[in-house]
Amino acid sequence: MIGNRTEAVVGRIVLIVVLLVTVLPLVSMLSAALQPADRNPTGLVWPSDPQWQNFVTAFEAGHVWQLMRSSLVIVLIVVPASLLIATMAGYALGNLRIRGSRFLLLLFVAGLTIPFESLIIPIYYHMKSLGLLNTPWAVGLTLIGLFMPFSVAWMRAHFVGVPTELSEAARVDGATVWQEFRRIQIPLAGPALAALAILLFLWTWNQFILPVALIQDPLDRTVAGALTFFQGQYYASIPLLNAGALIIITPAIVVFLIFQRQFIKALLQGAVKG
Amino acid sequence: MSAGNRGGAIGAVSHSGGDADSPPATSAVAPRRVARKATRRGPLAGVLMIAPALAAYGFFVLVPFIQGVQYSFYDWNGVGASTWVGVDNYLRVFTDREMLSAIRNAFVLVIFFTVIPVGTGLVLATLIRNIRAGVFSTVSQTILFLPQIIPLAAAGIAWSWMYAQTGTVNQILSAVGLGGITRPWLADYGTALPAVGLIGSWVLTGLCTVLLLTGISKIDASLYEAVRLDGAGWFREFITITIPGLRQQIAVLITITVIAALSSFDIIYTSTQGGPGRATLVPGLSIFRIGFTQSDVGLASAFGIVLMALVLIVVIPIQRLSKESS
Repeated sequence: MIGNRTEAVVGRIVLIVVLLVTVLPLVSMLSAALQPADRNPTGLVWPSDPQWQNFVTAFEAGHVWQLMRSSLVIVLIVVPASLLIATMAGYALGNLRIRGSRFLLLLFVAGLTIPFESLIIPIYYHMKSLGLLNTPWAVGLTLIGLFMPFSVAWMRAHFVGVPTELSEAARVDGATVWQEFRRIQIPLAGPALAALAILLFLWTWNQFILPVALIQDPLDRTVAGALTFFQGQYYASIPLLNAGALIIITPAIVVFLIFQRQFIKALLQGAVKG
Repeated sequence: MSAGNRGGAIGAVSHSGGDADSPPATSAVAPRRVARKATRRGPLAGVLMIAPALAAYGFFVLVPFIQGVQYSFYDWNGVGASTWVGVDNYLRVFTDREMLSAIRNAFVLVIFFTVIPVGTGLVLATLIRNIRAGVFSTVSQTILFLPQIIPLAAAGIAWSWMYAQTGTVNQILSAVGLGGITRPWLADYGTALPAVGLIGSWVLTGLCTVLLLTGISKIDASLYEAVRLDGAGWFREFITITIPGLRQQIAVLITITVIAALSSFDIIYTSTQGGPGRATLVPGLSIFRIGFTQSDVGLASAFGIVLMALVLIVVIPIQRLSKESS
């Protein structure tokens, strides 16, 4: 018992250290962002005269509105289409007996481990030949394809878990596959769909290599891809670079804090199923 | 017809399995009828439902993959004519010093992306085991997940400032009397790779901790009491109960983090660009440069295929192990 209690105390202390180390870089960014823009900042301090206008400068000079809009366009290309397509495929692979479905599932699962860098060169020339380079479609369509293995596996795992009695009942009542899918399966898939939507949003919003490779103008990229633009623009001013980076990461953090419980659940399940 | 029969048989088998609770008489009749119906109207609808996913995956992933394999056998600068060179590009990947050091660096990163986060997570999970739901646990979860929410590219930026000569890391070192070892960590040949690796540890430790804590809280507490009564020390307890109980989570985390290490790109791109020299060069960055800056499309494609193969070679045994032992 005593052993248990010491362990618990030591555990809490280690946990608190880990928590401090986790927030440290973010606090350190804030500290740098508030120091005078024209000087090299020094370490972690609360500046005597915090330069809040650095954020205004970074926001305007960084065209943050335009960046957010570009990101949002790409998210809107990726998320709804992926959800729709993956749900149908997940249902068909999980609940309908189709010839070759085992092979198809394997084909999708094989895509789960592909590092995006491995395909970035052929993807570039593929998009070039389609005339889509430097458009949000280049990133959006490619991401739909790259996320498809995960999305399909995710939705299939959900549908496999739905009791078969439900679809049997629907079939006995004479419902077609489409009717059953739309009236019974989709409404039940709400939580799985929401979690998948959260993951796809996050992965698209934070996507880096595709926008950097496929879209030349940083302002048309995702916000994460645009960070290189900040680096180029503010290489001489660490305070402004940090202010810009903080602005860039804020929306995702705000969305995270609002939907915290769903996010954590989705990320944990995403890890296990992925 | 034979296909239909086979489909029906499989359908009946799995349906009756799911019907274990219902009376035997109905389960013997109903599933067969259902199965027959399903085979009659299933195939077309099913094919139509899979088609869009297959098309998206095929056209935007499999086609580039096949093209990549094709490019990898050619010498091509992206615009002019291409020449067939056989396996020359692959030979170059495995003999070129720069690419070999990129591969080596990626495996060094595994220590930081996998060993440290999973190790820390295991230590914390074992020590805390049961965290009561409350404000502290909610706040800890939120904080631990923050690195998962922000883009890796931003993590690279945050940490390059942390590691700067006048940055927070050196400030803390000086404060605790280690002023002698302060340096610009990312600019130093000896420390750049571990420093970049620790950014990966920072990103992944929270995820590992939360997943392992969730897992360990589901292990039956009476198991722990039993071994303690047997007089087992913490080590035996760890080996006989904690590790087997968390096997699935550990396998998953190792898989995810190893893939993250071997295919790291964002963090390196925004923190060191592979430097100093090629001290932090990784395959992803190397592919990017060879393909886009040097326009050696064949070589970059070959390296891409090699990277994909490396990931599979490392990940498949982990999957096997976790399945066999469970």
